[in-house]
Amino acid sequence: MILRLVERTAVLLVSLAVASVLVFGFMAVLPGDPARVALGVNASDEAVAQLRQQFGLDRSLATQYVDWLGGLLQGDFGTSYVSKVAIGPQIADRFQVTLWLVVTAMIVALVLAAPAGTVMAARHRRISGLALSALSQLGVAVPAFLAGILLIMVFAVKLGWLPANGWTPPAEDPGMFLKQLVLPALSLGLVQGAVLTRYVRSAVLDVLREDYLRTARAKGLRPFPALWRHGLRNAAVPVVTVLGLQLATLLIGAVVVERVFVIPGLGSLLLDGVSNRDLLLVQDVVMVLVVAVLVVNFLVDLLYVALDPRLRVSR
Amino acid sequence: MKSYPTRAIALLGAALLTATVAACSAGSGTSGGSSPGGDQSLTIGLVAEPASLDFTTTDGAAIPQVLLGNVYNGLVKQDESGKIVPDLAKSWTVSPDRKTYTFELVDNAKFTNGAGFTAADAVFSINRVKTAWTTSLKAAMDVVQEAKAVSPTQLQVTLTKPSNGWLFRMTTRVGAMFSQTGVEKLASDPVGTGPYKFGSWKRGDSIVLQRNDAYWGTKPFFNQVTLKYFKDPTALNNALLTGTINVVGTVQAPEALTQFTSNTKYQVIEGTTNGEVVLSFNNSRPVFKDIRVRQAIRQAIDHKALLDTCFAGRGKLIGSMVPPTDPWYEDLTSVAPFDKAKATAELKAAGATGATLRLRLPTLPYATSCGQVVKSQLEQVGLKVTIDQLEFPAAWLTTVFKNADYDMSIIAHVEPRDLGAVFNAKYYTRYDDPTLVSLLAAADAGDEAAQTDNMKKAARRISEQAAADWLYLIPNLVVADKNLTGLPTNAITESFDLTRLARS
Repeated sequence: MILRLVERTAVLLVSLAVASVLVFGFMAVLPGDPARVALGVNASDEAVAQLRQQFGLDRSLATQYVDWLGGLLQGDFGTSYVSKVAIGPQIADRFQVTLWLVVTAMIVALVLAAPAGTVMAARHRRISGLALSALSQLGVAVPAFLAGILLIMVFAVKLGWLPANGWTPPAEDPGMFLKQLVLPALSLGLVQGAVLTRYVRSAVLDVLREDYLRTARAKGLRPFPALWRHGLRNAAVPVVTVLGLQLATLLIGAVVVERVFVIPGLGSLLLDGVSNRDLLLVQDVVMVLVVAVLVVNFLVDLLYVALDPRLRVSR
Repeated sequence: MKSYPTRAIALLGAALLTATVAACSAGSGTSGGSSPGGDQSLTIGLVAEPASLDFTTTDGAAIPQVLLGNVYNGLVKQDESGKIVPDLAKSWTVSPDRKTYTFELVDNAKFTNGAGFTAADAVFSINRVKTAWTTSLKAAMDVVQEAKAVSPTQLQVTLTKPSNGWLFRMTTRVGAMFSQTGVEKLASDPVGTGPYKFGSWKRGDSIVLQRNDAYWGTKPFFNQVTLKYFKDPTALNNALLTGTINVVGTVQAPEALTQFTSNTKYQVIEGTTNGEVVLSFNNSRPVFKDIRVRQAIRQAIDHKALLDTCFAGRGKLIGSMVPPTDPWYEDLTSVAPFDKAKATAELKAAGATGATLRLRLPTLPYATSCGQVVKSQLEQVGLKVTIDQLEFPAAWLTTVFKNADYDMSIIAHVEPRDLGAVFNAKYYTRYDDPTLVSLLAAADAGDEAAQTDNMKKAARRISEQAAADWLYLIPNLVVADKNLTGLPTNAITESFDLTRLARS
């Protein structure tokens, strides 16, 4: 158990270090000079050089990297090249927005996938199971942004039940916050839910074929109670793995969905940063996303152990 | 050339997707207008969000679009028909040698930090362009020799040489008047004398302007105007359809207009802008040294068909670098009429048939769609065209604009009166023409009649020389709630004029 924890932590730290080098490296080779974009193209070379110096872009890449990483470790994300505002608070601000979206979408996906997948598995040879299965296939095929556009067309433009886009912080107006959250969370959640349903289905199917479940049935338990009492925890292990991976997909999906729904989250911050060549900001946001994904995977690893006692014994 | 301050194409960033330019106020603050509409508010949907609020150090059209004319005043401004009219200067005179301008200033203007506006602030603002501004626009003040406060309400500016361009530039952001005690936090808390004061900025979402109750002119109707930013044109349209916003400030995709024209809840306003969509030639490339090749390309393009395909037929064909709102506008579309046979023959005579041209496009919707049409039409007269796309702004700016590593490109030049800036040996067009230089110099130094006359000649010169091809002029397309009044028809200044908006 301890060994596993140490091992996973080591993997996490190494991944983070490698990721930071990669993120920094990509930014360094990106074409386009942030100083020139800020000053306008007709700016004199001297003015550009002066601004590069101000940004610290004239230093060696190694120094820039060490400074950047050192700052990050101390919680200092630096100052944006373009808006001249501290980046840390901006990311924190936007991350909250994205987090609401991702967590709600995750809940939608789970609430949808767990029962649907289980029913599909339990009835996989009956019409109802097949119908659900076909529906989930359709869901898998639709990208989140398209789902978003379709939902907007139906529920906002045609029916006028919900706002087409926008974002209100929950503290400002909780009612509006919920209204505006419904459609984006659904478009992300429905698609992820469809994908997750497939995994739940196959995990439950596997479990259904296990000896211990047959034994439980033989004892006289009805199919669903048997599955509930003996199967679900076993089926959860592969599903949790997928959930971890899906969280990464959700964060990426949020970038696109935020654009469709005009939500000022991390994704829109990232896109703006790229087009303004606000490289430090982009670097920071990407790094935050990478850390989020790696940490989630790390937690998922730990969660296995909690779910599956066999993993607690050293291998 | 110097007095045509070269400027950013970041401007086009401006162009960003289409004209972000927006009109300016005809009704000056002191005349006419509507009575304030109590605490009514209004939300306008726009495309490009500013990266900062400080246009003295950050380029791009999105900043003056919000602030100029609304939060900041200039001494003078441009009205919707293109005329230079009073703003903080009630009147002005020009000395006989055309080098000294004397401005009589209003005496009741106040900055939102409480300080009164005086000639000393004007001197401070003009000098500050030279000392503190970092964007390339600052070159507009190079021609100023001295700015002097004669009295609190009289300002005298002496130029090193006569320049009509200078007074015109004073209508743009370079002419914005700042408070001597209000330039500490320009990027986040602008201080001006305008009809609105800066309220708040939710980054990534919106900027709120509040009515300035201490405004020296006619106070605006709306208590609060929110400018909300949408990167996605469909989201922008949906926001209007569902009532989240009241105005679509710049329509990105004209083919989507039908959903509004057929609906009685909305009005569609169509006017002109300064945004010339230019098919630019790299005039330093050997193939473009031959005027016959340049002319053949212009004649090979069926502009009407092109406009129908790539901008849903909206917009205006112009034939040179002058929009209809400039006093020296002439319809020059007949200089190079569409003639496929002639174009083919000319190319053959020049020995350019079969030549391969690289059309390097910025990743902007209009450039992408027009690029396809240009390619197909040029291939019909015997040229080979390869298209590649460069990410806009950064990659395009470096490759095409800075390094001139291209044969042809398509970009909207949205800056006002930019003929001299764009057709210039140092600019990415690499257009080296002494005749044009002397025409422009004469226009800048002369009186009004001489200016108009020489600018007409200059516009004709570049059209006849086929220094580039002008695909069309971007229309100003605005969709708004039916009962809104005071929206500008033409968008020819750097500002989105909010001063005359009202609800009937």
